[in-house]
Amino acid sequence: MKYLYYPGCSLEGTSLEYDISTKILLEAVDVQLEEIEDWTCCGATAAESQSHLLSYVLPARNLALAEKMNSERQILVPCSACYLNLKKVEEVIKKDKDLLGKINAVLAEEDLVLKGDVIVKHLLDVLSNDVDIEKIKEISQNKMSGLVIAPYYGCQCLRPFTVFDDPEDPHSMDELIRATGAQPFEWDMGAQCCGASNTSTKPEAGMALVGRILKSAKGADAILTVCPMCQMNLESSQKKISHKEGIDLEIPVLFLPQFLGLAMGKTQNDVRLDLNLSDTGKLIKARV
Amino acid sequence: MGQANNKGYLEQTETIKTMIQTCIQCGTCTASCPNIEFMDITPRHMWRLLLMDHVDALFLSKSFIMCSSCYYCTLRCPRGLELTNAMSLLKQTASKLKLKQFQRSSLFYKAFLDSVKKHGRVKEIEFMTHFFISMKNPMIPFGFAPLGLKLMLKGKVRPEFPSGGSGKLTALFKKVAELEE
Repeated sequence: MKYLYYPGCSLEGTSLEYDISTKILLEAVDVQLEEIEDWTCCGATAAESQSHLLSYVLPARNLALAEKMNSERQILVPCSACYLNLKKVEEVIKKDKDLLGKINAVLAEEDLVLKGDVIVKHLLDVLSNDVDIEKIKEISQNKMSGLVIAPYYGCQCLRPFTVFDDPEDPHSMDELIRATGAQPFEWDMGAQCCGASNTSTKPEAGMALVGRILKSAKGADAILTVCPMCQMNLESSQKKISHKEGIDLEIPVLFLPQFLGLAMGKTQNDVRLDLNLSDTGKLIKARV
Repeated sequence: MGQANNKGYLEQTETIKTMIQTCIQCGTCTASCPNIEFMDITPRHMWRLLLMDHVDALFLSKSFIMCSSCYYCTLRCPRGLELTNAMSLLKQTASKLKLKQFQRSSLFYKAFLDSVKKHGRVKEIEFMTHFFISMKNPMIPFGFAPLGLKLMLKGKVRPEFPSGGSGKLTALFKKVAELEE
């Protein structure tokens, strides 16, 4: 199995461990990645709040580059914000030929053309639907049994495009968690919003949402995420929010492939657990 | 407000109005919004104001800038309206009009996109430095300092001085601006 790979900016910086653990996990389950040459930013949530056309052109540039590579027709994206931006272009140009024309008028500046024949897939979609789960079971040998793990999906891999899971009550991570011997934590917060960039621009509102999620995760041994923004929000202010709420809300937060990698015998160093901002010590002491 | 005379402002709100024309005022969007407690008027109320052409009241409110793009309202709207996209268009309009209550978000996004235009990819420290400078408030960086420091100690971000970059996406940005005029 092979995919084109769009890491996105966060995976080169603040979420380096997501990039490294994704690659190491996929290699272990026989998935090959070929990085899109010369990829650039997808526009994040910044472009859509500034310019309609730019919010399509920035992701479209990457799809056009992928088409030009004449390789695989599926792009694997680990970051949910990048995924949504790329997916949005894939979906919209099927119907809106006028917009496609405008996008191509801009891309012509770089001699690029977007035809629309690549499919954008989220890492979680690939892990839960394309990868052979028996392989994960076989290698991990129930290494994580006894642990209760809270799957956190966030918003943008689920909505507005409902591609691979229930957008209200997602469960695609359950089987992956069970494959390691651990049990999925039962909660209703898996698809709730982490506050996104409000944690930077409107901290009071952003932190309220993070606090709600952390409180609901009480009783779980760790939270798993599939998005750099969610990961950063859930990890970075645990002490501050605990102090404000007057209860200990500290909990290990790991990217899904970090957890699966550890379950499959990779070391803490392999999945770069040293880069996580939350204290993962308790989880490690218990299991790795 | 005076701003209602702005041509772009009216054109933009006309587009959004068309998008939400079939709103039945059921309030599902309001009930679904995770940021509702930080809004001064509800999303349902916002759409009503827009349909009744009370755009001044709409832009005096800071509700739409609280939208964190979770897409719950879009998912659940019984009329199938693209409400999250409508929120984005309101943000774009507020940004173009340089509305005061949107200034912090707008400068944040502008600094982000400037970094992307120059380098093609986001250089986090550089864009945050630009954001702090543009806010012209010496206290703001301190709110971010603990996290910034943590990230630097982890080697996840590197201290960088703002640089010119290669102008990687300048041509694309220029063409977009031309087409959107």
